[in-house]
Amino acid sequence: MTEFLQQLLNGLSLGAIYALIALGYTMVYGVLRFINFAHSDVFMLGAFAGYYLAPIVARVFPSGSVAGAVVVLLSAMAICAVIGVTIEYLAYRPLRRRPRLTVLITAIGVSLLIEFTSQHRLVFGPSPRTFPQLLDARTLDIGGVAIGTTQIVVFVLTAVLLAGLTFVVQSTKVGTAMRAVSFNEQAAALMGVNINRIISFTFALGSALAGAGGVLFAMSYTKIEPLMGVQTGLKAFVAAVLGGIGNLPGAALGGIVLGVVETFAGGVQGLSNYRDGIAFAVLILILLFRPAGLLGRAQVEKV
Amino acid sequence: MKIAGAKRWLLAGLAASALLHLFTGYTNRYYLGVSIDVAINIVLAVSLNLINGHTGQFSLGHCGFMAIGGYVSAMLTIAAHKAGIPQALTPLVFAASLLAGGVFAALAGIGVGIPSFRLRGDYLAIVTLGFGEIIRVFFQTFEPAGAASGLKGIPNYTNFLWAWGTAAITIYVVAALVNSTYGRGFLAVHDDEIAAGAMGVNTTRYKVTAFAIGSFFAGVAGGLYAHHKVFLSPTGFDFMRSIEIVVMVILGGMGRTAGVAVAAILLTLLPELLRGFSDYRMILYSLLIIILMLSRPQGLFNFVGGKRVKA
Repeated sequence: MTEFLQQLLNGLSLGAIYALIALGYTMVYGVLRFINFAHSDVFMLGAFAGYYLAPIVARVFPSGSVAGAVVVLLSAMAICAVIGVTIEYLAYRPLRRRPRLTVLITAIGVSLLIEFTSQHRLVFGPSPRTFPQLLDARTLDIGGVAIGTTQIVVFVLTAVLLAGLTFVVQSTKVGTAMRAVSFNEQAAALMGVNINRIISFTFALGSALAGAGGVLFAMSYTKIEPLMGVQTGLKAFVAAVLGGIGNLPGAALGGIVLGVVETFAGGVQGLSNYRDGIAFAVLILILLFRPAGLLGRAQVEKV
Repeated sequence: MKIAGAKRWLLAGLAASALLHLFTGYTNRYYLGVSIDVAINIVLAVSLNLINGHTGQFSLGHCGFMAIGGYVSAMLTIAAHKAGIPQALTPLVFAASLLAGGVFAALAGIGVGIPSFRLRGDYLAIVTLGFGEIIRVFFQTFEPAGAASGLKGIPNYTNFLWAWGTAAITIYVVAALVNSTYGRGFLAVHDDEIAAGAMGVNTTRYKVTAFAIGSFFAGVAGGLYAHHKVFLSPTGFDFMRSIEIVVMVILGGMGRTAGVAVAAILLTLLPELLRGFSDYRMILYSLLIIILMLSRPQGLFNFVGGKRVKA
């Protein structure tokens, strides 16, 4: 039983990170209807931003303090937001009225560009690095289940970020505009919504969440490298589809389901080698029975 | 294009491959290797074009089929090699192994195609992507094929004639198929699936057929690749490899067989030509993809705008 709870806990903390990244995929899909492949690299850049910021922040805040970790996280989120908006402005905006496939390939191009540039020896270099310890590593023992301080921070921050996102999307003017653009771009434009500004804002929000995911991932797994976004990003995207792409609660749910399933599969003898394939097997099974994802609504095609 | 004309092109292509093959003894091994890579990529891109271009589906897992074909045919020829097949029979063994690889890949293609007819667009893309990843993970743990350390000791059977001959046959089959009466159904599914269905076109069957034929040739390409590189590693069949093939199809202009073949040639040669700037070559490669998409989004070799012309 304790082992079950332990695995559940580990799965939830992995799932929380997937959820943060998946939200960015789903938000961009909601307004622009394409898969932003570069999102996984924004996640990686978030982790590297944290890597370079940590020593600077450590000069002001006592090392190991929660305040320091939060400052690193917020700065990395801000950097990623700027990167996300820049990518959209330079690469996607000129293609706004073009077929979605064109944008998709451009996104793949941007993703490759970021990956290869950051692997270059003048940038980050290809070899993995150890992420500095932002928090004092302590482990709480609750009835035989070990919870690390990092895990607690992951849970709390994810919950705070999700609550903040829900507030922004549901209760603010700009969030209402986002939902309007997602629902019907032309009608929203006619109602006076500045489409370009809303799309930029969506990218900023999604990229900031990816950046937060990057820092939290780096805190939990300590090893960062320029290609870390490829597999994690792919799985986060799977999570977004799993929950029903374009659906915000769906992305969060999909991320958590995927994290838990993957962790449990990794713990089963004989299945652990297939761990990376499990995510996709689950995805295919769910899509066969619910083609629009867990929380997605099946769209009736009008002729 | 009349079928007779297409057949003439096929014969010309085969003859040219055979003729050039006679001179391969005099060429630089590096150039020879690159030319075989080009031919294999043509087979992959043209066969994916049948699925993504002509039929309008979106597969992101082409490399999974290539992996199946590669592993099946390599394991067959290794077994034949161990059993001591006489030298004279090797072309037969190789051809049989390529066909077997293709058939296995086609079966997998049908297996993916049948359940996926419920899914459209991005959902189909992600299922095929997931399928490709599952195949890779499978071979990563499959002990008889060397698991993660890869399959070694594959005989080096692929030569210029095999590679370019297969490329010519692939182009011929796809072009002739799409331009046949039966093949109009693929274009109908591409243009408007609902209307095609209403007009009595069995859309599901066309989609599954496209997947089966496309993945058959991907499997054959995998077999050629295996016997060209004489080593197979599961990491060589990751998601990026599928993306490379998709990029070739889109740059060539979706649904334009000739354009896609030319794009396959260019995109294979490009990284080789950039070798002089070794540190920067992949950065330049990705920049070129972005610039091409921003400046010629309809594909490099698509000169007719939105109107569909015969391939």
